[in-house]
Amino acid sequence: MTRILQFTLNGRVRTDAVADNVLLLDYLREIVGLTGTKTGCDGGECGACTVLVDDMPRLSCLTLAASVEGRRVDTIESLAQDGHLSAVQRGFHEKLGSQCGYCTPGYIMASAGLLRRNANPSDTEIREALGSNICRCTGYVKIIEAVKHAAALCAAGSTP
Amino acid sequence: MNEITPAHNIGSYVPMVDGPEKVSGRAKYTADLILPGMLAGRIFRSPYSHAEILEIDVAEAAKLPGVKAIVTGADCDKTFGVLPVARTEHVLARERARYRGEPLAAVAAIDDATAKEALRRIKLKVRELPAYHTAQQALVQGAIAIHDHRPHNLERDVLFELGNVEAAFAAADLVREGTYNCAEVCQNQMEMHAAIADYDAVRDRMTVHASTQVPYYVHLMLAQILEMDMSRIRVIKPHVGGGFGCRTEALNVELIAALLARKAGGCVRLVVNREETFITHRGRPETDIRLKIGMRKDGRITGVECECIQRGGAHSGYGIVTILYAGSMLYAIYDLDNVKYIGKRVLTNTPPCGAFRGHGTVDVRFAFESLLDDMARALRLDPFAVRRANFLRAPTFTPNDLMVNSYGLPECLDWVERESGWKARKGKLPRGKGLGMACSHYISGASKPVNWTGEPHATVKLKLDFDGSIVLLTGAAEIGQGSSTVLVQSVAEVLGLDLSRIRIISGDSEVVPKDNGSYSSRVTFMVGNAAIEAAQNLKAVLIAAAARKLEAKPSEIECLGELYRAGAQDKGLTFNEVVTEALKDTGTITVTGNYSTIPESHGGKKYRGAAIGGTMGYSYSAQVVEVTVDEETGVVTVDKVWVAHDCGKALNRLTVEGQVQGSVWMGMGQAMSEEAAYHDGLMLTANMLDYRVPTIQDSPPIEVGIIESIDPHGPFGAKEAGEGSLAAFLPALTNAIADATGLRFNDLPVTPDRVFAAVEKRVRDGKLNGDGDRSGGIS
Repeated sequence: MTRILQFTLNGRVRTDAVADNVLLLDYLREIVGLTGTKTGCDGGECGACTVLVDDMPRLSCLTLAASVEGRRVDTIESLAQDGHLSAVQRGFHEKLGSQCGYCTPGYIMASAGLLRRNANPSDTEIREALGSNICRCTGYVKIIEAVKHAAALCAAGSTP
Repeated sequence: MNEITPAHNIGSYVPMVDGPEKVSGRAKYTADLILPGMLAGRIFRSPYSHAEILEIDVAEAAKLPGVKAIVTGADCDKTFGVLPVARTEHVLARERARYRGEPLAAVAAIDDATAKEALRRIKLKVRELPAYHTAQQALVQGAIAIHDHRPHNLERDVLFELGNVEAAFAAADLVREGTYNCAEVCQNQMEMHAAIADYDAVRDRMTVHASTQVPYYVHLMLAQILEMDMSRIRVIKPHVGGGFGCRTEALNVELIAALLARKAGGCVRLVVNREETFITHRGRPETDIRLKIGMRKDGRITGVECECIQRGGAHSGYGIVTILYAGSMLYAIYDLDNVKYIGKRVLTNTPPCGAFRGHGTVDVRFAFESLLDDMARALRLDPFAVRRANFLRAPTFTPNDLMVNSYGLPECLDWVERESGWKARKGKLPRGKGLGMACSHYISGASKPVNWTGEPHATVKLKLDFDGSIVLLTGAAEIGQGSSTVLVQSVAEVLGLDLSRIRIISGDSEVVPKDNGSYSSRVTFMVGNAAIEAAQNLKAVLIAAAARKLEAKPSEIECLGELYRAGAQDKGLTFNEVVTEALKDTGTITVTGNYSTIPESHGGKKYRGAAIGGTMGYSYSAQVVEVTVDEETGVVTVDKVWVAHDCGKALNRLTVEGQVQGSVWMGMGQAMSEEAAYHDGLMLTANMLDYRVPTIQDSPPIEVGIIESIDPHGPFGAKEAGEGSLAAFLPALTNAIADATGLRFNDLPVTPDRVFAAVEKRVRDGKLNGDGDRSGGIS
């Protein structure tokens, strides 16, 4: 079955005909062309596909596109404003929270979700919020530094 | 007045030059290149470990509307493989399937659903053959040969003895032997394998985008498999989501994509899933080690005997090199006079193994440093003292002719000993806590490339044109390790310019000079040196132009990056003015920098394969690991790691720290949780839940000390930073567990199950194992 899906994607209302069984991940990548959201596994293992649905991190590989009807979805492509990197993006760039970059969009979206809920997270809260994402490059040390740097930038006025 | 000075970046914290793309989602990886009309590829894989292929019937699949091409082994009788001496693998198996998951056929269809349905319609008829899933099974007398040219399933046996080991053991105060088993582990890089092949039937040209570390090797193998002239092939490496050695050889994925594209006369996207990526892992083989060391009571090692058996999987891959590294790299870290090595690389009916970060050195280092710890305890020596009793004195050549010019291991040991508070804390921690230490090392690029052509090892081109921007052209494959950044840094440093003056283009065979690829930690050392030479050549051109314009001698020209002048009183020329003058001679300026290793670094000839291990410079690492062991549950928590890495000179402290932390952590995965497990040849752990990668919640703080021994040949003195710190974690962990519990774990990974079982056994046995530093540890 195909249905008409209407929701807000990266701040703009979008209407599409989508099949009931299409995953949000595949819809974003293959139909909309937003390939910043990555496929890293065969379903729910790695967190690379994390997007925000109404500000909450969600695995787009375990989410049907049809289920975001009427909701607000933000992907990695939404974060930079007027060409400037967001605080979380700057954090990951400047502190090397990203090496190969493949897990990075998922981490950045999960971190942005965290900072929208909690402007000043502790190390433990950062670890909990990122516990279902896997990075194979960094050993995580600099990811934690990146999120803390982002929180500091937010405290100085940047948006997550 | 602000004095203009040359810009410097070497030794500072430099974020990656391609970072903004990665954090904004703009970086395109192979699977992100989605073009209208591209076909979807899928691979049909063997459900058998070992079987004679009687028939692959694709007739029903071919009838399915939307199927554009089907290929099987019948479409290609050529073989591939990374080593010129072992190119025996078919892209799609012919006559025989040798492991579960081996590609037998592939389909290109208008969409993925159609391709999947086509796979379901392929009918396979086979005669099953005896399958050998362990090295021991494959080596049994009478086992049938997995490859006809290897009658005893022995891909390679290595035997050398340098010095006299028996005499050395006789001269020792203590001789100990241990046996060790390290499970097979997978790189499990975050980006799944992907290739896009686009065949232009009008011009008979093939373009392949591949997630690879070695675009040049892919290029070679495409030409061989397709029987196309190399000039008709173009290989593009987009952003690559990690490699760790998995992609240091052409994989069947890109070759199958190309076969499909040519047959379909179009463009095929082949993105394999995570399970298939695990099966195509080319990881570190399961390794059994028997190690015997003789030691004097002052800690000096008298002799070493090491036997190493690797379960290599169904095809050669890098296997011959891996088993040679395991032997040759016993050397170049300590001063060893007497060494005997017996290596066996075995063919088995499991997915082929390959080169995983720390190639060939890791499991043997685990055994070596574990046994040193045991022996230190037996001799009541501090484990640091044992290492110090065996230092090399650089510059030197080892008995197997490896050239060691810089040696920062002593400083590495000093750093971790001091920073971890070893002297004050060792032996005084509360119950259940322990400290362990170990060392490791690695090469900065293999001195002899796999494909020896006589060309320079690395070539970099710089282009400078009217706009004053310098374009750096390199084939070095950026895979996330920061190679593009370090090359840009090197050029900018020589020219005294800001990094923003330099743009880099890498990884498109149509544009960039050939490069052997990103493996064996070669890029910083070799391509870095080529980049420096290129920049020096460009600087000479600019100085000559400035001298002419300023009516001075070139030797009088001072280059301040953005300003060239003849003496401090001269107002000089801006960089752009110099460029304008320089262009008058030749138009667009292009310069070349080359680098070649020196013959002294090529290893020796004392045994067959002795060149393996030769490099221009070895990195060194020392680690201290602090653990807490919960004997009720068997759970081991790593509280903290201190690691010191001698990288010669940290060109970029940010990326050096990142590489060292990543290495240590990857060693932690192998040590504690990662294992490719099989049942009847079926990989049971082909997903990231069962293949247990440490999460952020499991992972410790890792404090990095950078030791700079300034290698005489390294670019600005640098050596490798991305591999050498992996191996030391494994033994440092088990040494720490031994310190905490008195229990010695020689089999990896040290899972909670294994710890719990060992604690239980000790309770049952009613006595303590080991020498009992912590007597009374069990109540």
